[in-house]
Amino acid sequence: MEIKIKRTPNEEKQSYNVDLENVTLLTLLNHIKTKIDPTLTYSHGCRSGICGSCAVRVNGREELMCTYKPSCGDTVEPIRYARVIRDLVVDSGSIDIFNRAGLAWSEGSREGNVEDEEMERIQTQSDCILCTSCASACPVYAVNPDFIGPFALTRVWRYVSDPRELSSHRKLAAVQTNGIWDCTLCGECVPVCPQNIAPVQDIRMLRTKSGRMGYNDPTMNFGGGLDFGSPIF
Amino acid sequence: MAKILIIGSGGAGLVGALSAHEAGSEVIVVSKTLPTRSQTSMAQGGMNAVLGNDDSVEDHIADTLRSSAGLGDEKQIAFMCENASDAVRWCNRLGLPFSRDLSGEIARRRLGGASAPRACYAQDYTGLKLLHTLYDQCLKVGIDFRNERFLLNMIVDEASNRALGATFLNISTGEVEEVRADAVIVATGGYAALYGKHSTNAVGSSGDGIAAAIRAGAALADMEFVQFHPTGLLDSSILIGESARGAGGYLLNGYQERFTNELASRDVVARAIHEEISKSGAVYLDIRHLGEAFINHELPQERKLAQIYEGIDPVYELIPIKPSAHYSMGGIEVDERCMSRVNGLFAVGECANHKTHGANRLGGNSLLEVVVFGRQCGKNAAEFGVKNPTLPLENSQCSKDSNFIHEVMLSLNEIDFYEKQERLATLFYNNVGLVREEMGLTAVLDEVLQMQKELPLMAPKDKSKICNTNLVEFIEFGNKVELAEIIVMSALRRVESRGAHYRVDAPMRKDGLFGAHTITWKEGGVLCTNFME
Repeated sequence: MEIKIKRTPNEEKQSYNVDLENVTLLTLLNHIKTKIDPTLTYSHGCRSGICGSCAVRVNGREELMCTYKPSCGDTVEPIRYARVIRDLVVDSGSIDIFNRAGLAWSEGSREGNVEDEEMERIQTQSDCILCTSCASACPVYAVNPDFIGPFALTRVWRYVSDPRELSSHRKLAAVQTNGIWDCTLCGECVPVCPQNIAPVQDIRMLRTKSGRMGYNDPTMNFGGGLDFGSPIF
Repeated sequence: MAKILIIGSGGAGLVGALSAHEAGSEVIVVSKTLPTRSQTSMAQGGMNAVLGNDDSVEDHIADTLRSSAGLGDEKQIAFMCENASDAVRWCNRLGLPFSRDLSGEIARRRLGGASAPRACYAQDYTGLKLLHTLYDQCLKVGIDFRNERFLLNMIVDEASNRALGATFLNISTGEVEEVRADAVIVATGGYAALYGKHSTNAVGSSGDGIAAAIRAGAALADMEFVQFHPTGLLDSSILIGESARGAGGYLLNGYQERFTNELASRDVVARAIHEEISKSGAVYLDIRHLGEAFINHELPQERKLAQIYEGIDPVYELIPIKPSAHYSMGGIEVDERCMSRVNGLFAVGECANHKTHGANRLGGNSLLEVVVFGRQCGKNAAEFGVKNPTLPLENSQCSKDSNFIHEVMLSLNEIDFYEKQERLATLFYNNVGLVREEMGLTAVLDEVLQMQKELPLMAPKDKSKICNTNLVEFIEFGNKVELAEIIVMSALRRVESRGAHYRVDAPMRKDGLFGAHTITWKEGGVLCTNFME
């Protein structure tokens, strides 16, 4: 099987021929690193799609290397909108930065009984593994590198809608700038999520909740004519 | 204000960080990866705690003691079990989204060796959700994370036997750095990745902190005890969690017959599977009768992983499995304060031996240990740091380690360490695995000592300074080879069978001779072993 990998520092695509079938992309790269080219550099950890280390782009689409089965001719590149450190390894500093910007944590959770159905409302959102595939697929980063973005906004919604959460006012305030209104609702983040999370839906929910709390959509102040596709609830 | 250095950012490190911060310390967490990418994310089953009247703390203590096969410390176990419900409530207050039962209380399920449903869980994502909840809280309180730094050595003042900090390879830049602190907490996880493709663990579980601790003068305890999880996927050893059996899954042999009590403790089930594989050629996990709706709701990860790695759908097909190296019971010997024999050097979680698991850990007790002792350790380290602030003593560790990296990068790679690493994994699975005997252990020891001699002839082929993962993997291999000797030596010395350590040539438990902990340490670079109460 031939596979092409985009490498630093020249951004050239290097081809490798590997005689392995029906294996994951990670198994293939491990084979290359240990048997063919030890300079090939990538991140990995659990091999089972849970640690979020190994997101890359294959033929222009985000995939976890440990769950993706490659085909002959595939091209592998690092994920986008993050500084490439070497080959497929990128600077993950944005994870801390965006989660901090959105105050994506619990301010305190109430004790006592909660119905399982209520907890299930945040089940999918709290499955997030922070692989940042969604951010790599998000076109907003091409124009606004400070966008708090899909994974952090999903996390904010996860806490805002947690039935136990004691206080969510500050979180809603924190995502008004470079946050929920900067999203174009294009939905590119949805199909690339390995955990079947739909950040765009969570952003919609945050918009609705913000509206109820008295926040306005700043993009609506242009006197009409601009439609970013925001749904009317 | 004391400055606390925490090495490792899994569950134990992050709980320790929150606790030390709460106690008023300045906290720095240094990790070879990112916090959310550590081994804790892989824990599925749950966290044991007695929450209702249908169970009792006494039973939890009794189950844990029984499973520990005489090597659990009753006081430590009682401490852990008595603090369990408080630990679970604490996690709930931080926002950990536990699953709920019909009454709305935190749901509990039964895991192997437990006399009641006791493992509080969040679907089959308990570890993931715990780890992410802790990470979010660390961001909230402003913990100083220094990621992508690989631990090289502890900095120890030999005259006072006092930890002063640690040295790290900054993976991104290739520079060696030191971090000084008033107390150091090692929370670097276990060493089961030594078993390579026969382990359920992430590749990073190479025992770096344990190896650095023994080099720094700490002692290790019970290193021969490695838990094999009964149900790793046959080909990849990827974990199918115990909850699959807890929910009613069957184990079937090659003739598709049940052959054991699926809910016995892990050592018993794993050995039964091992025996059955030699007799009938294969063992399968069967969860088909649980139904698609249940599997999708309770075991979604398992279904996905079986599809990817074995190409089968557990809703309709049998899952081929084998026991796989899963958890290190052995680790850095610590006292009830979580402190090692080096002053100011603490350890917590899987890298430590809190004497709670003894010879065999119960499912649901590792996340519990991480939270209960993590809170304790963080607090103790903070108090120790306030009482015993370090002085800015001269120390040559950092320049020594700089030189080491420099030399390694100049070395020629005459022997391929990746090949040796694979060899070590297979040797260990076959001879230092579920079933052991003197001849096999001795042969492995000879080969491990040979690998140690050959280490200077091995080196990374990649000579890049920036983000050299070939170099990182080489140093990890060095740590594995260092620990391999200790594990085999301990297994050789323990001429009996107990918990996870099963000697075919000594199948009985011998409390008179071996009812004690295997303690190992180094004197002048030479490994010493003794049995101690």
